[in-house]
Amino acid sequence: MTGVPLSWFLILSAVLFSLGVAGFLIRRSVLTVFMSIELMLNAVNLSFVAFSYQLKQVNGHLFTFFVMVVAAAEAALGLAIILAVFRNRGTLQVDEVNSMKN
Amino acid sequence: MTFFVITLIKAALWAAAILLSLLYLQWIERKVIAHVQLRLGPSRVGPHGLLQPLADVMKLLLKEDLTPAGAHKFLYLLAPFLAVSLALVPVVVLPFGPEVEVFGVRTALHLADLNIGVLFLLAVTSLGVYGTALAGWASNSKYALLGALRSSAQMISYELPMAIAVVAPLLLANTLSLQGLAEAQGGYYGGWIPRWNVFQLPAPQIFGCVIFLISGFAETNRVPFDLPEAENELVAGFHTEYSSLKFASFFMAEYANMITSCAFATVLFFGAWQPLWPEAKGSGYFPTLLFGLAGLVALYHGLHPARPKDRITLPVVALAFFGLAAVFLIPVVRPVLLPVFWFVLKAGSLLFTFMWVRATLPRFRYDQLMAFTWKFLFPVAMVNLLATGLLVAVYGK
Amino acid sequence: MDLVLFLTFAIVAVGCAVNLVLQRHPISAAISLIGVMASLAVLYLLLGAEFIAAAQVIVYAGAIMVLFVFVIMLLNAEAERKTGRSLVARYIGIPSLVLFLSLLGVLIHALYPSAERASFGGFTGGTPQNVGRLLFTRYLLPFEATSALILIAIVGAVWLARKEAGE
Repeated sequence: MTGVPLSWFLILSAVLFSLGVAGFLIRRSVLTVFMSIELMLNAVNLSFVAFSYQLKQVNGHLFTFFVMVVAAAEAALGLAIILAVFRNRGTLQVDEVNSMKN
Repeated sequence: MTFFVITLIKAALWAAAILLSLLYLQWIERKVIAHVQLRLGPSRVGPHGLLQPLADVMKLLLKEDLTPAGAHKFLYLLAPFLAVSLALVPVVVLPFGPEVEVFGVRTALHLADLNIGVLFLLAVTSLGVYGTALAGWASNSKYALLGALRSSAQMISYELPMAIAVVAPLLLANTLSLQGLAEAQGGYYGGWIPRWNVFQLPAPQIFGCVIFLISGFAETNRVPFDLPEAENELVAGFHTEYSSLKFASFFMAEYANMITSCAFATVLFFGAWQPLWPEAKGSGYFPTLLFGLAGLVALYHGLHPARPKDRITLPVVALAFFGLAAVFLIPVVRPVLLPVFWFVLKAGSLLFTFMWVRATLPRFRYDQLMAFTWKFLFPVAMVNLLATGLLVAVYGK
Repeated sequence: MDLVLFLTFAIVAVGCAVNLVLQRHPISAAISLIGVMASLAVLYLLLGAEFIAAAQVIVYAGAIMVLFVFVIMLLNAEAERKTGRSLVARYIGIPSLVLFLSLLGVLIHALYPSAERASFGGFTGGTPQNVGRLLFTRYLLPFEATSALILIAIVGAVWLARKEAGE
């Protein structure tokens, strides 16, 4: 029997998502935390495309496309916020940005 | 099985052709710029400096390979590798000709015809920025870092007008496959004017083509947009700390990117391998005529030599040209050589434009560079796309 | 063949993702993330999602990650400082993560019909034509909404990243 069981794609997606969560929790550099979020979005995209394959429909691809667009917007805004934070606080460590005023 | 064999043979031919042209493109560029500036250019190694590229390769091979202190070892190695491999990959989708029959074997003159060909090209070229960015960062040097920062910002900014300029011809051709694009530009208006996308009704892409070429200059970090390696400000920019073969990789990547840009422009706007005028009106004999004429000129100068050694070298060159002219008359190889000839001629003219511009224009200032793309190129590309869409929607195909 | 492709790129993706989590320097993390994205693009191709695979490389690897690398270089971000590692995290966190992952794998494998197999060419609907047709008919409203979102994001980013007056 040829081919890859579709459940493997879902397991891969789950593993990547969990790793993203783990990175989000244990990393302290705000940039790496942000990248972990992107990793989670990517993992979800993979399951969308896998389901799309199972249903033989393109709709899943459209969802992936929208996730990408939102991720692009998020990256632009998030990096701008990181720039602003760095300018004001001079640090990129999430646990050092802990006061409401300077 | 035959498919694999044919593909392997084609891949070997492609690789040989691109590497050889990379080697000699640099010689041609030095000669062209020299003659624009009324100099002779390389002339010591071999007749007319023809062996100069080999000497350069030897020199680069034998140089000491330095790694600066404090460099990030892995990324420092990865950067030139990324740069050169990503620059060479796009060749696989370029269509050099239609499906042809040679010695009883039918094959198409491209390695792969993806139905997302244009997207593939854009994707690979958009990854090219990592080579420069990582090189600058991993070198642990302020000049390299500044060069890399400039390069990243410049390439992100110029990718926008470039992508938008690419979309307009796609509206005319209605396909994303490069071979499909080439075929969609066949035929002639009134028997003479080719239906290339620069001329194609209802929306001739003259502005789109110019925008694409200007962005191409910026994407390949060429003059007048070579800010990432502005030598009077940044020593050598992002590759300041690289030596030996790693430096050669960046050098090769720049020329490979140039070839890709020009070939992509040829496919998008200048009809890829479609001849300038119809085959029925004798365009098939143009290469013979061209090479024959070149041979005659060389022969004339060989008989009236300006320097003593020209008496030998120029007749040899003339003989080579006559040989080329004769090859284009052999009926068996004609269907293969003619499309390739037209493709190379068009891409070559664009490459010549790149060199011509380098010899003519001074470098932009950095703020001018950014203002130019965001305030001028991007809006113009947008208007061009909207106008094309409107014309295609109203007048149809 | 499909299995080999899947396993290769799945291993590359997981390896890069683990590296992303473990690396302390942002730029190493960024490179790992690019690796994950590139291998996911190959898996998309395997699942017949050509357009999405190309968009993945252009948008994620070619634009978003370039921005990340740019910001890392611009801020000259340094490696994270080591802080007091909690022993609980090391001795309970990692085993429980592995346990959780294996549980998840077993669950998905048990609940999901294993007869479904993906092979290259089994679904060829992901062409730009099909995606585009759906995008501009059925999903037109979300598409327009995302374009408005992008516009807002651009304006917001420019406003946030601008130099303060008098600075």
